[in-house]
Amino acid sequence: MLAKRIIPCLDVRDGKVVKGVNFEGIKEVGDPVACAEEYNKQGADEIVFYDITASYEGRGVFLDVVRETAKKVFVPLTVGGGIKTVDDIRETLRAGADKVSVNSQAVKNPQLIKDGADIFGSQCICVGIDAKKIGDGKWTVYINGGRVDMKLDLIEWVKKVQELGAGEICLNSIDADGTKEGFDIEMLKAVCDACTIPVIASGGAGKINDFYEVFEKTNATAALAASLFHFKELTVGEVKEYCKGKNVLVR
Amino acid sequence: MVALIEYGAGNIFSVKNALDYLGIENKLTADADEIRNADAIILPGVGAFGAAMNMLEKSGLIPVIKEQAKIKPFLGICLGMQVLFERGYEFGEFEGLGLIPGKVDLITDPGLIVPHMGWNKLEIEQESPILDGVTDSDYVYFVHSYKAFCDKKNLIAYSEYGSVVPAMVTDGKYVFGAQFHPEKSGETGLKILSNFTKLIKEA
Repeated sequence: MLAKRIIPCLDVRDGKVVKGVNFEGIKEVGDPVACAEEYNKQGADEIVFYDITASYEGRGVFLDVVRETAKKVFVPLTVGGGIKTVDDIRETLRAGADKVSVNSQAVKNPQLIKDGADIFGSQCICVGIDAKKIGDGKWTVYINGGRVDMKLDLIEWVKKVQELGAGEICLNSIDADGTKEGFDIEMLKAVCDACTIPVIASGGAGKINDFYEVFEKTNATAALAASLFHFKELTVGEVKEYCKGKNVLVR
Repeated sequence: MVALIEYGAGNIFSVKNALDYLGIENKLTADADEIRNADAIILPGVGAFGAAMNMLEKSGLIPVIKEQAKIKPFLGICLGMQVLFERGYEFGEFEGLGLIPGKVDLITDPGLIVPHMGWNKLEIEQESPILDGVTDSDYVYFVHSYKAFCDKKNLIAYSEYGSVVPAMVTDGKYVFGAQFHPEKSGETGLKILSNFTKLIKEA
């Protein structure tokens, strides 16, 4: 059977990892290529790079990071942030990404999902969704890093995204993000029930048991975390050992 | 030299990166003579079966592929493995390269999440030099919604996802196919790519 995936995410600005990582043995603090190599060694099942660069120059530096990583790390790389057009997708894949993650732009222009899937295949189109609870069993979709409420029903959007040809959904809970109190189980369950494509759980991981809980209680096929791994509170290897001990199938 | 056939389908660069990392001489090419002069051939590919066959058709490389696959090590990866079969049923019915008997159709086991995306265990069906040093239950990385249906005699290894998913196939001679991505399957995948290129000397 398919193993559950543990995915560390690196936020990159102007070619540097944003949060202050300092893995042992890495000379330059915040070098994303070295961080990706370290995560690879720890047993990461995939690695996500998220570009938070605002400038055009920064974009070039960022793609160089992807290019360098792809030469050294032989697990899937997902790249998100700043992808607005089919040409952006092509450029990112050519730099060595295996998947792109589209979020705000997909909400503004859903056709981007369909065009991307038609040209490059569903397998490389991951749709990132930021959502927040508004009532019992109701959530709405936000864009621009969780700042703008699109008043778009989450479940409707999930169904639409699948219909347009997305290969995967990365679901981030705005309510859980940063709390370190665990993944948003209720929202994940609702989304997994509404689609048949893989769902990555994101936002809220704070303790090792949170990973077990999300796999035990929902059909999420992967769990993503950033700062938890950045700040070395946990390693990917520790999380996987723990899950294994609880009979969750991991690589 | 390993020829990586470039016909417009998919992430050929990650295969190139993996070969470069292993120190294996390789070249992206769509040139029939270069393919004829290569010691081994890799056919990558992601996307849809029909679209890939159309692109291969347009490239004019189908005759050279069929001719060379009979005389030197040939590896199809992911969609490049699927098109080795006789027929594909993705968005219609399409003829494949017919190098291995069988067809490719949708994964339809009820209740399964599709695509089959992530790391799954290799279960070895028959010994093959391409799996030298690879053990039963080593993990490899898959991303696909369609799978091969073929004879056991063509099956080197499979994974379980609802039912049997052919993971590595062969024609019993020079042709091999990997449904998973060896170039994205960590150490195990690199070992398989390296084993493939070792077949050159024996060829």
